[in-house]
Amino acid sequence: MKSFRSPRRAALLAGAAVIAATTAFAVANFPSVNAAQEVTSAAAGDNARMRRLTPEQYQRIVNDVFGGDIEIRGRFEPIPRVSGLLEVGSGQVALTAAGFRQYYSIAQGVAAQALDATHRDILVPCKPATPTGADAACAQQFLSKIGELLYRRPLFPDELAKQMDIATKAATSMKDFYAGLTLSLESMLVQPQFLYRQETVVASKTMPGTSELDAYSKATRLSFFFWDSTPDRLLFEAARDGSLDTPAGLKKQVDRLVASPRLEDGMRAFFTDMLNFDQLDLVAKDATLYPNFTREASDDAREQTLRTISHHLVNQNGDYRELFTTRKTFLTPMLGSLYRVAVVNDKPNGYPQKWSAYEYPEGDQRVGILTHASFVSLHSHPGRTSPTLRGKAMREVILCQRVPDPPPNVNFTVLQDTTNPLYKTARERLNAHATEAMCTGCHKITDPIGLALEHFDTDGSYRQSENGASIDTNGMIDGKAFSNSSSLGQVVGQLPAATSCLVNRLTAYGLGRDASRSQAGWTKQLQGSFAQNGYRVTDLMKTIAGSPEFFQSAAN
Amino acid sequence: MSTFNRRTVLRGMLGGSAISVALPLLDCFLDSNGDALADGTPLPKTFVSWFQGLGFQPTFWEPKTVGANYTFGRELRALQPIQSKVNIVSGLKVFVDSHAANAHISGPQGCLQGGLEHPNLPTIDQIVADSIGTRTRYRSIEVSCDGSQQAFSRRSATAVNPGQPSPAALYADMFGGGFKDPNAAEFTPDPWTMARASVLSGVKDDRETYMKRVGASDRARLDEYFTALRSMENNLQVQLEKPAPMPSCSNPKGNSFETPQGLLVEEVRQTHRLFAQLLAHAMSCGQTNVASVNLAGSLSNMRRLGAQQTFHMYTHEEQLDPVLGYQKDVEWFSNQVAETLVEFVRAFESIKEGKGTLLDRSLILYSTDTGYSRTHSLENLPLIMIGNAGGAFKTGVHVKASGDSITRVGLTAMQALGVPVGSWGVESNNTSKTITEFLA
Repeated sequence: MKSFRSPRRAALLAGAAVIAATTAFAVANFPSVNAAQEVTSAAAGDNARMRRLTPEQYQRIVNDVFGGDIEIRGRFEPIPRVSGLLEVGSGQVALTAAGFRQYYSIAQGVAAQALDATHRDILVPCKPATPTGADAACAQQFLSKIGELLYRRPLFPDELAKQMDIATKAATSMKDFYAGLTLSLESMLVQPQFLYRQETVVASKTMPGTSELDAYSKATRLSFFFWDSTPDRLLFEAARDGSLDTPAGLKKQVDRLVASPRLEDGMRAFFTDMLNFDQLDLVAKDATLYPNFTREASDDAREQTLRTISHHLVNQNGDYRELFTTRKTFLTPMLGSLYRVAVVNDKPNGYPQKWSAYEYPEGDQRVGILTHASFVSLHSHPGRTSPTLRGKAMREVILCQRVPDPPPNVNFTVLQDTTNPLYKTARERLNAHATEAMCTGCHKITDPIGLALEHFDTDGSYRQSENGASIDTNGMIDGKAFSNSSSLGQVVGQLPAATSCLVNRLTAYGLGRDASRSQAGWTKQLQGSFAQNGYRVTDLMKTIAGSPEFFQSAAN
Repeated sequence: MSTFNRRTVLRGMLGGSAISVALPLLDCFLDSNGDALADGTPLPKTFVSWFQGLGFQPTFWEPKTVGANYTFGRELRALQPIQSKVNIVSGLKVFVDSHAANAHISGPQGCLQGGLEHPNLPTIDQIVADSIGTRTRYRSIEVSCDGSQQAFSRRSATAVNPGQPSPAALYADMFGGGFKDPNAAEFTPDPWTMARASVLSGVKDDRETYMKRVGASDRARLDEYFTALRSMENNLQVQLEKPAPMPSCSNPKGNSFETPQGLLVEEVRQTHRLFAQLLAHAMSCGQTNVASVNLAGSLSNMRRLGAQQTFHMYTHEEQLDPVLGYQKDVEWFSNQVAETLVEFVRAFESIKEGKGTLLDRSLILYSTDTGYSRTHSLENLPLIMIGNAGGAFKTGVHVKASGDSITRVGLTAMQALGVPVGSWGVESNNTSKTITEFLA
């Protein structure tokens, strides 16, 4: 078998457009996943809930198991965002007929590639007695090994027998050993054991009277939490030999997962989810007004923020709050032209690199990830900025607060009018709009903080003025004053809601649901330890994964 | 455990064998008109749910007269040339009852699901597909013209159908490798398809074993998984049978279905044109009988090049013209939507079947989210039904209802398509009042 860890593919996602979909979908244009459903599942107290693989996880697993050169050809059915996370939505979404068809088509493509003439000798650990017929022994070697990686546990005897049966019968009738394996493999790739992360609950060994995940389910939860992929061989071994069920064995694995370079995959996956960056694929700006905001610039903007986060939190083991104030980032020449910053990518060794570390000068307004083109362009209109959308995103995404939707039957008698010479800036237009009593309540929640980012146009570029009028970025949030984007970052980072939001989102991300009511004490403890450890996110992840609550059934 | 089941054994031809038919099918099975099979069985009815949000501006779309030979208001004037094929209803509303009315969401819930905030209610197209979509290769098709994967179609809260955003991908699904010409004299089942049908059947047979291995709250979702799997299995079984002949079927091969995806109106319309052509061909070839088309969503971000605002933003922000009394930029978008709907109808009319066209056996339902997008009103939503629904409808009629629930439209559509349903909708949106003026 090819090495377990395949080289990271440059273009991680063949199906980038894939995720895009979730956007419009989850933005609640149409009733998304139902609140009642959520209540029912929570009431059932069922910790071991199936989670459907996300497109990124599917891709990563395929590359980990079959090799980095296997392409995903097709589009995945979108997953709705619930409680701010796709990872929570994945625990509630079922599958449509069209979605199954897509999975089946992708599975056929993966199986065909994995067993084609160039891959079969690497992936199949034996040679069939004859290539034109069945060979049960050889098929079993392949299917049990691959099956374990795909189902994230050893196959049950009946499962293995079924896959063997498919391979044998198909090989015989189609007179082709590898056709048999192909049919068996593609069927595994559409079975619920693969498409859904299914977890099994058993009586707890460490806390009598309670229940917890079994060792393989623990391994899976850990591996997806830290690496966003399927468990590796050492994690499987720890599940198999029972050491993962002991505190020492668990600690050893958690330390190993955190120390691995693959932690970066997990960190990026979490922040991509939390920051709604899947939606960046749908962001487009008017090409005549904002010619610099190309698809490449938008991709670079996302990568800029993820790189900044990953470098700060993983490489530097930095303080989470500093993400809102850091002057350090990474830029490409493309982003340099958007930001009007000279990016020199000639390295001393003469080898040009796309990305360069860059530090904004003291006093610059471009500090913290909220000023990145990724954030400000995502929460804007195609043709202009939106302080309301930006403020709403800060409240909902960064602070985990809920901003009510606009009411129906709104009286829009006081309308915004961008051509009215009296109202040159967004602040003036919003003030005119928000004199309407039924609007003003919500706009007070969103607009002041959004207006602090008004120097950043809808494409992320800097502007000194709007329609010739200077931009006023002064405001207050929760009683704290700020004067511009730089001091806003300082204030936001220090809000208790910012750090508690991170704890809650990270916990929900790991569990696949919001922490249960009975786990309130645990999340409070986590918040305390997050503060004690200087708001180091990797330490927080270790604390979460080291807690019995992480593997408990919510019914406890 | 037997994976290759009786069905496969019955066919007994994994190696792939040809079934030869002695006479050319067109001569032997079609009647002289070409719009029914020789035994008199009419060609199947087809249904399209066509959605675009933000509606039209009230008093500027409604015909002034009721009954036949009406004239559309200025926002819908593009439909005038096809007026004789168009039924239109004004005066219907969505009842909110005790629910929180939600701008842009409540409208489609009322019209397509029959009630607000009942997320498990299936949309009309899926109810119809259960009735007329079971014998086609695809039970239903959902497409989205704005690059998103949003479609206004669902079986339940957790099984929401995504829209296919790519015409090229839809072409490959419909007319690519798996396509079997229904009029071909010879039919050769594909051995891989045969094997896969059998494999999926084996997976399905293990349903009970799976169910025992998951928690209580996951069983409902696993159940939906098996529903999806059965649909795929059915799809494969259909491909293993000689398809019923379709007199006007042609594969639109040779055309390019690549499209620049984006939210500029012209990009959305170009994508829509390709989808319209593909769906008309797919239905004329019996690939599917049911489709949902989402033009550009409810909170529509369609836009014009060089403009700061999107369609949705214009509806809220544009001043009423003080003389004309309506929003002029909004009307520009409304006219684009009406023209686009006409293009969809024209694609169906371009498929000649016997003395008529594909449109004669089709029903195209236009629905939207608001009666007046400027205020998010749920009163007087414009509803349009085009086509004869296989003889069930007479067309060219305007009905003015007085404040009835919008569900009357869905009920009428379902009955016209042969769904056995006497009343539809929940709470105040429940109705048993068919729009009898439309019935032939």
